[in-house]
Amino acid sequence: MALLQKGWLKYILMLLVFVVGQVLVMTGILNDYLFATLTTLCINIILAVSLNLITGFTGQFSLGHAGFMSIGAYVCALITMRISTIPGFLLGVFAGACAAALVGFIVGLPTLRLRGDYLAIATLGMAEIIRIVFLNLEITNGAAGLNGVPQFVTWPWLFLFTAGTIHLISNFIHSAHGRACITLREDEIAAESIGIDATRYKVTAFVMGAFFAGIAGSLYASYFYFLRPTLFGFSRSIDILVIVVLGGIGSLSGSVIAAILLALISTYLQSFPELRMVFYAVALVVIMILRPQGLMGSKELSFDLLRNLGRSRKRRSS
Amino acid sequence: MNKVLSVQKLSKSFGGLAAVTSVNLELFQGELVGLIGPNGAGKTTFFNLLTGIYMPEKGSIELHRGSEVFSLQKRKPHDICRLGVARTFQNIRLFRDLSVLDNVRTAMNKNLKYGLFPALFHTGTYQKEEEELVEKSMELLKIFDLESKASELAKNLPYGDQRHLEIARALATDPVLLLLDEPAAGMNPAETSQLTRTISWIRENFDLTILLIEHDMSLVMSICERMYVLDYGLMIAEGTPEMIKKDPRVIKAYLGEDLHA
Repeated sequence: MALLQKGWLKYILMLLVFVVGQVLVMTGILNDYLFATLTTLCINIILAVSLNLITGFTGQFSLGHAGFMSIGAYVCALITMRISTIPGFLLGVFAGACAAALVGFIVGLPTLRLRGDYLAIATLGMAEIIRIVFLNLEITNGAAGLNGVPQFVTWPWLFLFTAGTIHLISNFIHSAHGRACITLREDEIAAESIGIDATRYKVTAFVMGAFFAGIAGSLYASYFYFLRPTLFGFSRSIDILVIVVLGGIGSLSGSVIAAILLALISTYLQSFPELRMVFYAVALVVIMILRPQGLMGSKELSFDLLRNLGRSRKRRSS
Repeated sequence: MNKVLSVQKLSKSFGGLAAVTSVNLELFQGELVGLIGPNGAGKTTFFNLLTGIYMPEKGSIELHRGSEVFSLQKRKPHDICRLGVARTFQNIRLFRDLSVLDNVRTAMNKNLKYGLFPALFHTGTYQKEEEELVEKSMELLKIFDLESKASELAKNLPYGDQRHLEIARALATDPVLLLLDEPAAGMNPAETSQLTRTISWIRENFDLTILLIEHDMSLVMSICERMYVLDYGLMIAEGTPEMIKKDPRVIKAYLGEDLHA
């Protein structure tokens, strides 16, 4: 019964976020500039949550998330530029996500045998290869990139894909398959000794992460008009990793909170362009010194957590 | 008696060091067999060969299940577990940041029936099977008096409970053969005697065959029917505890040679 109630609370909260967003958009409080920031935020949340599945929960250090994102972006753009309708857009998102997942599978099978730093280097190489391919393909228009990608992203779509990603990945983690992935992070030898097929679960997590990164890329293409290979370089992979580490390795709500926090910081610093990156970097360093496990550690934001926090506060003060 | 495991001429070396040389071993249904030997004799290496962590260079390992025979060499660890061989580790390898319950229920994954779709959408199949998993895990935890600690993190358990939890996790994989690598290491005499009772109880109630590595002679001598003795990678003796106690080669391996001559 308690579980059921908690489930309902989650849906009510999601509905609330959607309605508030919709009202802000309709009343025009969210102007074009703020809506662009919101879109970037949602895309970053999808990217961070999906990378957290690979790096935070399954423990596979990946530096190639921007590569999967770019595949989704280009595939979706190429489709919507030909079929410029809502079904075309949905087809584009789906095809983009599937293409990214397919590449994730092909790359994952051989590279996921590597561990730690070696895997990081391999995934970094993969993302570079993907970028170079887009740079040299004729259909993607090389370095000049694609211009005039039709814009389909509105608040309802943005909300649907972001909330959907969080919901599905959270469901996966709270299943026996998700728990199997977590045991790989904890101790791979012990996990294999209790019958968990390490390769299979690593590839599953990697392919799922790539799928959702593909969705994020598709949304990017369908909002920002143009695509260039340089948009998906090494620094974007690092940006995503920063969100994951800052929020807490192995905490989905941590990733969401960190993405929001970083969006706020960079929006407020917009008026000081010279100092913006300096402040940003200093903020990161300070947070990492004060909370090396990330904002949330491996905990999730929940009502139990808030209640416990309140209780320990009270105990301390009495 | 039915044979459960037969190992023939198993060998493994690391560089120039022969860790295990041409070892033969046989286990029969329902037996509790001890494997002893001085430090560095190759006992843990032998376990790692049986469970697929190391690949043997020579020899064969065969697991008998009813009329079927599976050869275990060249199989991966998870595959060997699926065939019914479970183990614990000398240096405890729990999932330290997971709860006690999670440690046990992840070990039941090999019999999991639901796939990726129910996992993503939490369908009715998912709900039903997850409830069953929790129920079965709690039953298992009850045996080790751990059910009240189910939601605690494994790393916060006292040492003795961690040892017990590792055995519970191994049992959760539904094995026919259980390999225990020094289960009493670091335990005091009272804890050891409690563990001794638990191991006997498990063997009777789970229809298991157990192979046990142990340094604590009181534990091995009191519960094992047969023993094998390894020294420098060679199997130097085999027999009942009484026979082993008197075997001159075993005494020599443990206490050194008589300087008198």
